[in-house]
Parts: sequence; structure tokens; C-alpha cells
Amino acid sequence: MESLDATVKRTEEFAFGCDSWRNFNRRRFLHGGAMATGGMLSQGLLTRIAERLSIASETETGDTMRARSLIILWMQGGPSQLETFDPHPGSKIGGETKAIETSVAGLQIASMLPRTAEIMHRATLVRSMVSKEGDHERATYNMKTGWRPDPTLIHPAIGAVICHQTKDNIEIPRHVSILSGQWPSRGGYMGNVLDAFKTGDPKDPLPNLKSYTDPKVFEHRLNDLRNVVEAEFSRGRLRELDKDRTLHESSTMRATTMMASEQIKAFDIALESSSVIDSFGNNAFGRGCLAAIRLIEQGVRCVEVELSGWDSHVENYSLQSGRCAILDAALHSLIQQLEERGLLDKTIVMCGGEFGRTPKINVADGRDHWPTGFSTLLAGGPFRAGHVHGQTTHDLIESGKDPLTGVHEAVRIEDLHATLLHSFGVDFSQELQTPIGRPLKLSAGKIVESLLRT
Amino acid sequence: MWCCVLKPTSNAVSESFSSRGLSRWKKRFLLVGIVLSLLAGISWATSPRPKLLRAPESISSHFDLAIQSVAHQVDEVINTDILSHDMSTAKVADWRAITRRISLALIGNGLSLEEIRVLEQMPEERRTIWWTEYLLKDRRSYDYLAERWTRATVGTNQGPFLIFRRRKYVDWIADHFEKGTPYDVIVRDLLEAKGSWTDAPQVNFLTATMDDADNKKPDAIRLAGRTSRAFLAQRIDCLQCHQDYLGKINFADTLEATIDSEPNRIGEQADFHQLAAFFSGARLNNPFVGLHNSKPDYRITYLNDEEESRVQPTVPYLRELLPEHGDARHRLAVWVTHPENKAFARATVNRTWAVLFGRPMVVPIDSIPLSGPFPPGLEILSEDFTRNGYNLKRLIRTIICTKAFQRDSRIERETENEAIEKEHENHWAVFPLTQLRPEQVAASIHQACRMKAIDESSSIISKLELFSAVNDFTKAYGDRGDDEFIQQSVTIPQRLLVMNGSYVSKRIENNPVMNVSTHIAQLASDDKVAVETAYLSTLNRLPTGAELNAFCDRLHGTKRNARSQAMSSIFWALINSTEFQWNH
Repeated sequence: MESLDATVKRTEEFAFGCDSWRNFNRRRFLHGGAMATGGMLSQGLLTRIAERLSIASETETGDTMRARSLIILWMQGGPSQLETFDPHPGSKIGGETKAIETSVAGLQIASMLPRTAEIMHRATLVRSMVSKEGDHERATYNMKTGWRPDPTLIHPAIGAVICHQTKDNIEIPRHVSILSGQWPSRGGYMGNVLDAFKTGDPKDPLPNLKSYTDPKVFEHRLNDLRNVVEAEFSRGRLRELDKDRTLHESSTMRATTMMASEQIKAFDIALESSSVIDSFGNNAFGRGCLAAIRLIEQGVRCVEVELSGWDSHVENYSLQSGRCAILDAALHSLIQQLEERGLLDKTIVMCGGEFGRTPKINVADGRDHWPTGFSTLLAGGPFRAGHVHGQTTHDLIESGKDPLTGVHEAVRIEDLHATLLHSFGVDFSQELQTPIGRPLKLSAGKIVESLLRT
Repeated sequence: MWCCVLKPTSNAVSESFSSRGLSRWKKRFLLVGIVLSLLAGISWATSPRPKLLRAPESISSHFDLAIQSVAHQVDEVINTDILSHDMSTAKVADWRAITRRISLALIGNGLSLEEIRVLEQMPEERRTIWWTEYLLKDRRSYDYLAERWTRATVGTNQGPFLIFRRRKYVDWIADHFEKGTPYDVIVRDLLEAKGSWTDAPQVNFLTATMDDADNKKPDAIRLAGRTSRAFLAQRIDCLQCHQDYLGKINFADTLEATIDSEPNRIGEQADFHQLAAFFSGARLNNPFVGLHNSKPDYRITYLNDEEESRVQPTVPYLRELLPEHGDARHRLAVWVTHPENKAFARATVNRTWAVLFGRPMVVPIDSIPLSGPFPPGLEILSEDFTRNGYNLKRLIRTIICTKAFQRDSRIERETENEAIEKEHENHWAVFPLTQLRPEQVAASIHQACRMKAIDESSSIISKLELFSAVNDFTKAYGDRGDDEFIQQSVTIPQRLLVMNGSYVSKRIENNPVMNVSTHIAQLASDDKVAVETAYLSTLNRLPTGAELNAFCDRLHGTKRNARSQAMSSIFWALINSTEFQWNH
């Protein structure tokens, strides 16, 4: 059993390669700016080659079925399965939603997702997700970590676990959350160094990545910080103060590395053609999905892109329709672009929210929270293409009856997590010593073999 | 007739004139009234209240002898422990370092330049105690401590919409802390709370656990977990699903059994659910009536059982202390706070110690074995806390009075190879180095960049500025949630925020109206005074010779804007340092 401290430090060591504090200088800082205008082509080419070599190297040494990156399209608020991937038109629970045929024979999804219907042959659709959490915050925690909230311990989100279990040598964060809302993915007991790096709409510059002074002044400030103030503070303290305790200086170093890195251009979608940008819908979520692809190309392990506003207690149909229009274009283009760029085999796309919505339509024409039988879409990596798992009943569940009776081939959230981790070649049954002194598996679930290619 | 209607008579004209004149005067009076009200409002909002710092002589600068005696006992056992591990101890820290620790713990930020100047006016040996007593009269302390206690008792979740009022709950705790209400009374009020969550804010302790989907009753399981962890430092949550396979949760059923330190039995699943059953009678049928008690009804199907069992409320240990009769939650409250239930005092001492030191005596903070072993000093402080009516202010004074609290955070050695080991901190031979909480970083930056202390005497606008600034910064920096005493290290986005974010840049830029860096640059008599003042304002200490020389060089020969820019860079380096962002 590996101690958590050791593994976090190991993760940190592999997260960034060079000692940029010492190497940070005005020339490099200015060079970063110059690249933005002049050297784009060569830079983009080089990083793509590096990424290809990296992927090729992993393929040579490991399982060819193994995924390398994860893109989570996070539908915050609870999308209605009945208005997205599990419509029941003409039934008591169906509401106004119509169904359309998809690229998979016999599979219908909501008519509000016409472009998504075209790429369903690339995806696995799980229509039988179940959990025990019906509150937004708790259910989000559950879905993002694979564990129900535990007051004694904060579990890491799946992106943090994947970063913890893999090695990379890139200059930008390996775990990113775009348009993150109230509850972005966290490192939990694995440490806040694995928290997702939060950004907003990719059309805006990355926050806090540029110094507000000129490079020369910034360089002087950094030198004074390191040579005058930090040098004095470390006197008479722990021998390896930074490494063993604070990580303050090394984080400053990594932050300056990132500021000067050419890889941050992965966040800049303006470098893509306008037709590609438009195909994603040219809205914040669509731009986030495009940025996710660019980040994956640079070697980022996990990107979460959030589309909020699915909590339709009132006027369910119109609200869900509006959200679906945004999701539809972005999801379609995301799968298509990943495939065109040769990344889909190594990238898993997961699209879903913390729960679904009730079969019963309430008095305000809304649907309430429903954690028993909701849908999650998975595509890429080792997941099967054109496959549907599980189903839900057409009927309203009678009052007092267990809602699970309406769900066939139920998939628990922990099982989904175990399957995802397995897809990355992570031994999820390994136990880590947590800060509360309790050894804990990475996931308590079981692999759902039927979701994976054989 | 039409003429009469259209053409007013002379009387009517004069009436009309007079009424128009009256109306005009009314309007003028109204306008003047509004203007005066606005001016009065602006003046009230911007003017400072009577300064708290004006009368230092009105505040005691001596701790009670009994407090000193208890602190001495704690010092003795801690010193014995340090000696037994063959360690050297750090010297007494500089008074500025100690008062900074007190400020961070009680009000959540370092000292302002104004406060340091006031403290400098009194004899050095009185400063620490005076500052403690001063802050214990300052409402800021209770607001901040209440926020920390709120995290421990209701967590950081937003809680259910409408039926949970976090702000009211925090204010209620702050009011009681300020009044000096015995802590056992506060906890009994929480456990027995009834009524509306707005009229009786302590009810929020229970309503915080309610699910939006089933808002008829609080969650008995979450309440059992919170009660055992926050008030008794017993982590028994795992018993919810199964018995204690690891043998880490041991209970003693009688007082005698607790004394001989031998665990009687390991925890079972029933222990948790019997505790939860105390809360099963709480109901919220009518929002206008609020929370009320009904007959407890708690059922569970235990692991390996096939049938559901009806669970009677009882406690997991020391059952002889549980009253036989009365309302379930009242019985539980009496048992939790019973003087013989020592876990209650230990849990409180451990949390108060953690707030002051940045780390608890027993880690994790909410898991203290019932039968020990206990770290040196915990039992002495717990017994004193119990004997003296669960007086939190006295407990804070006692801990501050200990040598452990007043030690330096480093040891000066003869050779560079001799460094502090982690064990020095574990045995309190040095003051531990801990990362500031996000709101402490935010408030410390804000305060360091302002000349005057932002306290109860500040204008409303100053206080609002601090409040919104801290909230915005904390959101961007990332709150730690419930696990506030788990040691974390700084992250890249956090460093980027402080290095390049507008929060810092606005506060250190050339701004002769607001920013202390500009004031210092333009008004300090010479470079040395300027650098010393910058250090006092940010790090709350004077610079060393090397630091003074280095930064005097930066200021040398500069004038006006160039000097302000140079001072801005000095502030940047100081605020971005480990020293500023860590408690030490």
C-alpha cells in the first residue's frame, strides 16, 4: 500500500518537467509572446508531434485498448432523460417530447438532439444509471467521485484519480475544468494539487496568466521574492521546507513555467478555423468542448466542460429544449473532431448530469429530481460503439413502490467509475492510506463488462 | 356655467396660488430633506465609529493567576515530553509574531500598521496579553470564531433552500460566544432546538441536514455523525453500515471502565443507529410552527439481518449518565454535555487548540480515543475547561498563555545541517508552520494594504469592501470545505491568483488615496523607514539586515511615481512570500 504523501509528491514531480524558476527569464517570457504571433505553426506542429510520440509510446508499452484522456461534459442541474436520451413518446411519462431515429438501427433519442442522433453509432448509451442521492450538491459529489458524501473524508474526482495514477511531462495543468460552476472537480484526499484548474469561456484570456507589470519588473520581483524574502524565511526551519511542507516556491516555479509555456495556446480556440468554431455552436459550452480537444492534444488527462441550467422544476420541456440545442451541436462536433484528429480511440467522452428527472410531470409543468434510472452517454476509448445498456419502464411508478422496479440492468455510479478507471488501466481495487488512517480503494464498484469492447 | 368651470373665481385663484405655493414649499422641503438625509447617510457610512484602540488602559494586560497556573501545568507536561524525546525547544517568539498568530486565529487576518503602532506604545511584556484581551472584546473575534464553529457543526454545504439560514446560525453562535454563554449550554440548545429556523436560529443545526425532497424531518443519520464528531470527537460514521472491523472504535459502558483505560468492547452497528434514533422524533410538519418533537420512530435492517428492527434511542458508552426520562433529544443533550462525559471537553479543547495553532493536538481533529492515550496537556486543559463552566474565553486565554503557543517557529542552529524535523512540531517544541485558510489570506492582504485597522469602528463602506473582497477572493482561491485542519499545500492557480490577480494589484498599485504602499513611498522619512514600515504592514515584523539592504537598494534615488512603483514591487514580493501566506 503506497502512502498518499509519497504518491502525491510523485505526481507532482511528473507533472512538470523543468525547473523554470531558475530558467524563467525575460527572454523566455518575451519568447512566449512572440510565439503567439509568429511561431504558431511550428509550435503547433511540434506539440502535436510530441503528443503523438507520447501516445505512441503508451501504445507500445501498454494495452492498445487503454484510454489516455477523459472529457466530461457535465450537465449540471440534472438533465431529463426523457427529453434527451431516453424518450417515451406517447406514454404517460413522455410529455411533449418526440423521438427520432439515430444512426443505430432501432435506437431512438429525443428529437431535440438531431445532430447527436447522427453520431450514436460511436457511443454507448447507458439508460439505467441509479444512485441514492437526490440533492444537487450531494449527487454531484457522488457522480464526480464515485462515492457518496462522507463527512470524514473528501474523495477525489475521477479526473484527479486518473492524474494521480498516470505520469506526464507537460507545462500546463493535467486536470482542467472549463466553465466550472459551484462544484468543480477536486483532488480531495489526494491533495488540492490535483484540483481541476478552473477556467471560463475560452474566448476570454486565461485568468491571471499574464503579469500586470512588464517582464523586466516581473523578473525583478521574482528574484526579490526568491533571493531576499524566501531565503530569509527558510532559515532554521525544516530541511526541505518547500518539498516536505509548503510547495510554495515550487508552485511559484510551476506557475511561472505555465505563464511562459507555449502549451497554454491549447486554451486559445481562436487558433482554430471559424468553420470549426461555428460547428460547435459558437457559444461558451461549444467553445469549451473545442478547447477540451485542444487540451487533450497537448496531453491533458482530464477536461470537464460544464453546461448548467438543467434543473427544470418548472416548464421542463422548454427549458430542456434550450439546453439540448446547445448540447447537440457541441456533442456532435466533439465526437466528430476527436475522430478526425485520431483521438477518439484514446479519449473517453462522458456526457451526463448528477441525476435525471421524474417520470411524473408536476403541476408547474416541470420534472423534479430522479436518481433512479437516468441516462449517461459514453463514447471513445474502449467503450462499445452503437450500444445501448439498460432500459426504463414506460409506466409511472406507483406510490410506495421501489422506483428500481422500473429500471432494468441498473448501473450504479460506483460501477461506472470502476469501469472508467479500468479503461485507463488503473487498478481501482488498490488501497491508498487516507488522511483519516483508513485504507480506501480507488473505487468500490465493479466493472460493467458489457459496456466495453471485447 | 361652462365659464365658471373653466375660469376660476378670484378666491379660487388665490386658493390655487396658495395651494401651489404650499405644494412648491413642500417639494422644496422634501428635496432639502432628501439631500440632508443623503449627506447624513454618506457621512454615517464613511465616518469611522469611536476608535476601540483609543483607551488601552481600559483593557487588562494580565491574565488571571489561575489561568497562568493551568498554562504552567501544561508547559510542564509538554516540556517533559520534549525532553524525553531529546529535543531542543525554540526560544520565545518575537511579540509581533505572537500577536499575529492571535489575530489570525481570532479575527482571521494579521495586524494592521495602526494596531502595531498602538502596541508599540506599551511595555513589551504586556503586549501579548493586552492584545488577547483587546480582541476578546472585539466583535470581529466572535464573528470569525462562529464561522469556524459553524463549519464543524453544520458543514459548508449550502443546505436546503428556505429552511436553512446559515447567516442566522453564525450570528447566533457569535452572540453566545460574545456573551460568554457556557459552551455546554450552547451545545444543549443546539441538540434540543425547537421552533422556527428564523426565530430560533439554533434550529438550523437540525434543518441543515434536511433533504429538499423530504423536508418533513431532519436526517437522523447525518445528525448522529455530526454530534459524535463535532461535540465528542468520536468518528463512528463507519458503524452506520457495519461493526468496527478495524478495532479502532472502542466503547466503555461504565465510568470505571473509562478510568482503567481498557476498552470494553468494539463498536457495533447498533451503537450508531441507537444514537441516530434520538433525532428520529424531530419533525417539521408545519413551517409556521417550525421543528417540534414527536415520538421517536427509527427502523433499520442491520447487516446480515433479513428483517427490519425498531431501534430504541440509547448512547454508545457511559449509559449510566443518560437520564432515564424526558424528551429524547433533551436526554441526549444532557448526556453529551455531562461533566463525566470527558469526551465533550476534550473535543472542545482539541478544536480550540487547532484554531489557535492551525493544527489540533490530536489528528484528525474529530477522533480522540475515549480511553486515550492523550497528548500531553489535553487532559489538564479539558479538566480546567469542565471545572470552570465550559468557559471558551478562559480556554483561549489559557492556551495563548502556554509556552507552546509563544514559542518561535524555528530554531537557530550553529550549523546549517541542523534543521528542524517534523517531530519538533509534533511535540510542540516549535510553533507549527501551517497554511493560512483562503479567507485568512484574503483578509490579510486587504488589511496589509490599508493603513488603518478594519474593525467595528470602521465605516460601513470599509467593512463592506472587506466583506465582498474576502468572499470574491475565497471563491477564486478555493475554499477547503469541511476539512479545514487537513494540511494542504499551495496550488498553481492559487499562486497565479496572488501573483497576477487584480485583488493584489489593485491594492499595491500607485494609489495615494487608498493604498498604504503609496503612502509609505511618499511619506516615509527615508528608505530605511519605508522598508521597515512595509515589513510591519505585511509580515508584521521588522526586516533583517540583509532584507533591509536589499530593499533599500531598490528604493535608493527613486522619486514620486518611480518610488511608488518600487514600493509596489516590495509589497508584491512580501505578499507573495511563504511567510505571508503561512502561519508561523
